[in-house]
Amino acid sequence: MKSRGIVGLLAAAVPALAWPGVACAGSFLEPAGPIAAGQIAHFGVISTLMLIVIVPMFVALPIVLLRYRRGGRGAYRPDWEFNWVLEILIWGVPVVLAFALGTALWKHTLQHDPYRPLGPEPLVVEVVALDWKFLFLYPEQGVATLDLLALPENRPVTLKLTSGTVMQSFIIPSLAGQIYAMAGMQTQLNVLADKTGDLVGRNTQYNGLGFATQSFKTSVMSQEAFEAWVEATKAQTAALDAAGYQALLKPSVVSEPVLYGNFTPGLFDQVIASFSPGMAQGHAHAGMSASTPPHHDHDHMQEAGR
Amino acid sequence: MNWELIFGQITWNSFVFAGAIENPSLSEFIASGAGTVAVLGALASVILLTVKRWWVPLWRDWLTSVDHKKVGIMYIVTALVMFARAVIEGALMRAQQLSAVDNSGFLSADHFGQLFSTHGTIMIFFVAMPFITGLMNYVMPLQIGARDVSFPLLNAISLMLTIAGAILIMVSLVIGQFSTGGWTAYPPFTGIHFSPGEGVDYWIWAVSLGSIGSTLTGLNFAVTIYKKRCPGMTLFRMPLFCWTTLCTSILMIFAMAPLTVATVMLALDRYAGFHFFTNGAGGNMMNYANLFWLFGHPEVYILILPAFGVWSEVVSTFSSKRIYGYTSLVYATMCIAVLSFAVWLHHFFTMGQSADVNAVFGIATMVIGVPTGVKVYDWLLTMVGGRIRFTTSMLFHINFLLTFILGGMTGVLLANPGIDFQVHNTLFLVAHFHNMIIPGVLFGMFAAVQFWFPKAFGFRLHEGLGRASFWCFAPGFLLAFFPLYWLGMMGATRRTYMWTDPAYLPWLALAMAGAVLILTGFGLMVTQIVVSVRRRAELAAPLGDPWDGRALEWSIPSPPPAWNFAVLPDVSSRDPFYEAKKAGTAYRSPEAYEDIEVPRNTATAPLIGLFACAWAFGLVWHIWWLVVVSFVLMWAVVIARSFASDTEETVPAAMVKAANEAFLAAVRATPGVTRDQEMTAANRGRAIPEGWEGGASILTSGAAVGVSR
Repeated sequence: MKSRGIVGLLAAAVPALAWPGVACAGSFLEPAGPIAAGQIAHFGVISTLMLIVIVPMFVALPIVLLRYRRGGRGAYRPDWEFNWVLEILIWGVPVVLAFALGTALWKHTLQHDPYRPLGPEPLVVEVVALDWKFLFLYPEQGVATLDLLALPENRPVTLKLTSGTVMQSFIIPSLAGQIYAMAGMQTQLNVLADKTGDLVGRNTQYNGLGFATQSFKTSVMSQEAFEAWVEATKAQTAALDAAGYQALLKPSVVSEPVLYGNFTPGLFDQVIASFSPGMAQGHAHAGMSASTPPHHDHDHMQEAGR
Repeated sequence: MNWELIFGQITWNSFVFAGAIENPSLSEFIASGAGTVAVLGALASVILLTVKRWWVPLWRDWLTSVDHKKVGIMYIVTALVMFARAVIEGALMRAQQLSAVDNSGFLSADHFGQLFSTHGTIMIFFVAMPFITGLMNYVMPLQIGARDVSFPLLNAISLMLTIAGAILIMVSLVIGQFSTGGWTAYPPFTGIHFSPGEGVDYWIWAVSLGSIGSTLTGLNFAVTIYKKRCPGMTLFRMPLFCWTTLCTSILMIFAMAPLTVATVMLALDRYAGFHFFTNGAGGNMMNYANLFWLFGHPEVYILILPAFGVWSEVVSTFSSKRIYGYTSLVYATMCIAVLSFAVWLHHFFTMGQSADVNAVFGIATMVIGVPTGVKVYDWLLTMVGGRIRFTTSMLFHINFLLTFILGGMTGVLLANPGIDFQVHNTLFLVAHFHNMIIPGVLFGMFAAVQFWFPKAFGFRLHEGLGRASFWCFAPGFLLAFFPLYWLGMMGATRRTYMWTDPAYLPWLALAMAGAVLILTGFGLMVTQIVVSVRRRAELAAPLGDPWDGRALEWSIPSPPPAWNFAVLPDVSSRDPFYEAKKAGTAYRSPEAYEDIEVPRNTATAPLIGLFACAWAFGLVWHIWWLVVVSFVLMWAVVIARSFASDTEETVPAAMVKAANEAFLAAVRATPGVTRDQEMTAANRGRAIPEGWEGGASILTSGAAVGVSR
């Protein structure tokens, strides 16, 4: 957590003080990485700055009501309607405050841009949002999982996201904020976990009957444990090919994570390409195998924003 | 026999009761119960109208009327009826979420999905919009000294289109399902592939009818304010409510169009196989998000600005003082109106655009907080130097100042992309917009009802019950929504019908308690209206000025005559009626009376509304003969009307004179009351201005005087 001076420190303590002992593995109140930590700290900074406009109202209003109530001691001046000093104050303070808030916003937004890699050689995980589960592909390791995201501790991770169905919003609150996953497009989320443990991740965008339970486990493990996990997963006999992906398109809720020992290379790009114009009814044919070599389409791929 | 030709896609199973018979469960029984209430409510209305022989008066005096006052009242009645449904839906969802920690509760996931969709859609399009539109309709022409709006028939058509949309959404309780796509109806989820069936179509056509009605309203009101102000009523002499009405009208003109476009494009996707927003074939849902929020963000200002106008009137009247910083408030309102078009992207910071773009829109959002902050402090300063009376409206205003500013704080938090990434789509967001809309818009409208009810009906509302309802509404709101901020930060997502985290339970219980209080408040408000109607003799204030009012609407009888002003007033300052009372020039007989032309009643608007409703219903169910027939009939009415030349009738000068002189005689014969007697039966609507109790001109302009008591 970066210190922003006494204001930031005080502010970051506000939520913690107000509600002691509430533990939420699925919340940025318990950050497990620098991005979420930065977000809660920023939350504190902004809340504190906003007190500048809030506190005067809460102090002044009761005084005014008491003093100027009918029968109160305040002088009755029915035609009083303007005062330059007050005018400059009530415009000036918010303007200055908006400058301060805007500066903080600008810095924080650029620094915590979800597209900014958090270090060299990130682990790349491709995420396909499906109805009502997430498919995770590890191109480097050649393994895939359903509703389980295993991450090594202290290694930057680049999550590339797309959807095989309707728009969804992917979040692991303890690590970083959410980003939409949309069919035919790719978005990105860079995260870094700095402590081991299990975290909750989920979809936050309503997508039908299984939405409420569409969450997945994020397991942050040590480097060695992660490598061991990859090896163990590779040993799984289940493999994910185009036909297997087709089956996943059927809406379902996954009760236990599924591990795949290997998957068809380029599956992620095929999923995106399957929605590109010209592909008849993208949805039904998503993940088609042979006919289009996956990387040819890459340059023409629509990307969200970038 | 091909039944589909006649009934389209309606089958026996489309009726809500079929679900309860085939799949008996609490969730289905609740759905059937709601359907039954809708049917019984309609039946009861029909029986009441028949028994009381009210059909003819209803048709002759109300439905065919183009009088802006009656149109306004009908808008507000529509809003209150729809509010009753949507607030119960809100409470049901609270109950479901409370009962569904670690189990699935009593509602099915699908039923819950329909509930949050109808709740949001109704509250925005069929409660908030008709409420503000009705209020602007009633009050604005009176405040600018006009006899009606510029296009009275168009006004009635706007109303009937809105009612048609509201009826459509009520029909969805009984026949078929509603959308589960939320009030925003994001594709591709709402596309035909993922949401087959009638649900999304109900949403599309209900919202389209409402949005076309609002576009026409915006045009009508803007023109009215530009063209129909009485002599001397310069823009900068208008009451602030008129300024906010003007800004809202301009926003309506520009902001409703993108919504209509978006819903029509979605309809083309669904009906005609287009690919605007589909996943494949070149469709892109991001275009929908942009179009929707290009409407959606100005929309929140469309709602809040008239409420700001109400707050300005309320605070100045019940402080017996001029508004502080009038010019400042006007510029702040204009700033808000312009800026509201520059921030729509903050509704989807999470869509993957670059950090620079997000930062720009985030800062723009914070900038909009500046004029809003100015307004809040202007209202506070308006009370300084006043003599504040704690009436129901004023209590709502005080509550507004305190809670709205907190909502502003969470709004600024949400304007930060980094924070939005975390709390977007969570209950934090839900808490934020309820925090703006309930104490701001809804309570603003409630305050307006308390304030202007005596103007519209000639008697005051029971003050004790009004305060009682306030003391349920205000704490009820705090309890119902402040826990949601915390739940959202804990990671509780919106639109979620069940939970797995037991830590949510105590906060959900608090929120439920708040929902119960809000329902109680609504019950008390209804009771207040019923009791007041029964005691209307004792509460009567026919002389028009029960609150020591300041603008022109208080200078005329309550309820006002069809022509509003016997002679158009000539205005030489702000707060013209208050200044006239002080100068002793109020209630003077005019030198001469003239004939007044008023528009005749016409069946055009209700017929257009009826056929529009049938047309939309046909579209929802693919009943093509009905679509064609009702469309043709709708335009036939329009064309037939265009041949009608005798659309106005003349009220003879003698009649106007008799009515007005009788009113003035009654005023002169009645002693004025001081503010001490405001809530007593002595208050017949003639006010002695505050500080003028002695009758002598002890006040000179701008002078400070001590309290005499």
